[in-house]
Amino acid sequence: MSILALIAQQGELKSSALEAVSVANQIAQKADMQLIAVYIGPPLADQLKRLEGFGIEKIVVFESEAVTYYQNDICVPILQKLVTEFDIKVIIGSATSIGKEVCASIAAKLDAELIQDCIEVDWDDGLQAKKPIFAGKIISDISFTNMPAIISVRPNILPVIRNREGAPEIIKREMPHVPHAKSIKNIVREAKSGVELTEAKVIVAGGRGIGGPENWPVLQELCDVMGAALGASRSAVDAGWIHHTHQIGQTGKVVSPDLYIACGISGAIQHQAGMRNSKVVVAINKDPGAEIFSSCDYGIVGDLFEVVPLLTKEMRKLLS
Amino acid sequence: MKIVVLIKSVPDTASIFKVAEDNKFVVIGNPKFIMSPYDEYALEEAIKVKESVSGEVVVVSFGDENALEVMRTALAVGADSAILVENSDADSFTGKGVSKVLAAVIKTLSPNIIFAGKQAVDDDGCQVPERVAEILGISHASAVTRFELQGLTAEADREVEGGYCTMEITFPALCTVEKGINTPRYPTLPNIMKAKRKEIRKMTLEELNLSADDVRPGLTVNSISLPRQERLLKKLEGEIGAQVKQLTSILREEKIGL
Ligand SMILES: Cc1cc2nc3c(=O)[nH]c(=O)nc-3n(C[C@H](O)[C@H](O)[C@H](O)COP(=O)(O)OP(=O)(O)OC[C@H]3O[C@@H](n4cnc5c(N)ncnc54)[C@H](O)[C@@H]3O)c2cc1C
Ligand SMILES: Nc1ncnc2c1ncn2[C@@H]1O[C@H](COP(=O)(O)O)[C@@H](O)[C@H]1O
Repeated sequence: MSILALIAQQGELKSSALEAVSVANQIAQKADMQLIAVYIGPPLADQLKRLEGFGIEKIVVFESEAVTYYQNDICVPILQKLVTEFDIKVIIGSATSIGKEVCASIAAKLDAELIQDCIEVDWDDGLQAKKPIFAGKIISDISFTNMPAIISVRPNILPVIRNREGAPEIIKREMPHVPHAKSIKNIVREAKSGVELTEAKVIVAGGRGIGGPENWPVLQELCDVMGAALGASRSAVDAGWIHHTHQIGQTGKVVSPDLYIACGISGAIQHQAGMRNSKVVVAINKDPGAEIFSSCDYGIVGDLFEVVPLLTKEMRKLLS
Repeated sequence: MKIVVLIKSVPDTASIFKVAEDNKFVVIGNPKFIMSPYDEYALEEAIKVKESVSGEVVVVSFGDENALEVMRTALAVGADSAILVENSDADSFTGKGVSKVLAAVIKTLSPNIIFAGKQAVDDDGCQVPERVAEILGISHASAVTRFELQGLTAEADREVEGGYCTMEITFPALCTVEKGINTPRYPTLPNIMKAKRKEIRKMTLEELNLSADDVRPGLTVNSISLPRQERLLKKLEGEIGAQVKQLTSILREEKIGL
């Protein structure tokens, strides 16, 4: 009996992958199962070394430049075979956009239950997981009663823990040839630079209070000083001030940074659905009655155009 | 072009949620049921495709009687017909079971494209559409932000960590949609009137020949709880400059985000 950890693709080992592997290691120890990992994607080369210390016995590697992003017609059959080969009972992946698609596909193929976006995972005679539902208003504590059991882990919530000796055995395999029967062909178009919201330790977010797209530099400067990612409320996105990729909330991204600085954001429930898991929330808003003040750690009542530049200045002093 | 849209009726997330005494059930004050927001984008995209090439849009849902109103809305927005697999116990199904129900209905329709939301905002399950596609053996693309029909294929974008990728999709295929793909239209009064005359076809699980084993959940909910809210709720005081200095020293001392 084994556990399979899915290592996120894209030719770079992301911290979300290491978090998933850490969870898999914990479960493998508690359940006394061996831990197998699989990687399907462009060559990882030296980065494979970063997978030491997690108690992985074998990493099965399918390397090809041709599969930069997920393709279900290639990945699902590979995973299905591994499940049989290693008698896999538990599969653990990352709840990234692609990670969730992989987990859903393989779950269907195995007729297995799946819980996406888990914020806590445990083993007690079976796999257990906690997951936010109703836009994070409720946390559901769920047990699997059947195996195989599949989960994806929400990025940036659970720690990366290396607690075992020894290097994994690396098994390189040929990428299977897939006839062009299936139809999703991936073409990479662009890779954006900058800090990614879902991996960011600090997020500075702006809402309608920033007044217009010309004012983003006020927040961007603070981002640059703090190494933060820029987020936005839906109102700012819907006004056309910034691209939807920056939106945080129920219909945007779910983030969990160490520090979330909300500037000119009222704190609507749908916005909170995306940032509720931040460790520390700072709110800057000129309305003392704004909802955000009833769910933040530190609040400053004031005009963001006065507060943010001062904060940028102080942070620059502190960090230089 | 035959297009199916998967639509789920969900309690409005602005409703009040409570934990019942047995720690098991979500009690909703003033329940109001709405179309899951991502499904609105899915429906809009389907109607846009239909308008560009002609065809028909069928909305399909599995739910209890609360789903009827949402199906009616979908018809008023522009769907041609609606199928509701009605079951008073639909809430107890997991993604595994729901997807089998929906796939069984869709199999009888043989659509070219299926649109669905990227997630339902009640259980945030993030799996039903992909499962449906795998059961039907067709391609799928998740969280699509742009969909453009190009003759017999379509080009679609999705967000991935650190960028986008563009896909070429041949049919049949299923796409789940992400916010930003379009702006859903509102139903007009004449269309609301017209929709009243359209029929919502009801089906039962029995008609779909699914056995109890097929749809039995492999999960149990032990308990539900409210998220830990341990915010300090500290409003800083003094003039702005002093407040900012106080904040930075807290961040420094507590090593927050540094
Ligand atoms: C189905 C659904 C899904 C949704 N999904 C999302 C989502 O994913 N994300 C999301 O964010 N919202 C979402 N919303 C919208 C949400 O309900 C709110 O409308 C939105 O979050 C409000 O954005 P805001 O705080 O920027 O704007 P507002 O509510 O208008 O707040 C602006 C704030 O800025 C303050 N302000 C103005 N000027 C200044 C200044 N100079 N200095 C300091 N403060 C200032 C004001 O006091 C006010 O509090 C959703 C809504 C629905 C119905
Ligand atoms: N009971 C259902 N009836 C119809 N469509 C559904 C149902 N459950 C889920 N879906 C579709 O699948 C999407 C994702 O749902 P989920 O996987 O539950 O997050 C939804 O946005 C709907 O399009």
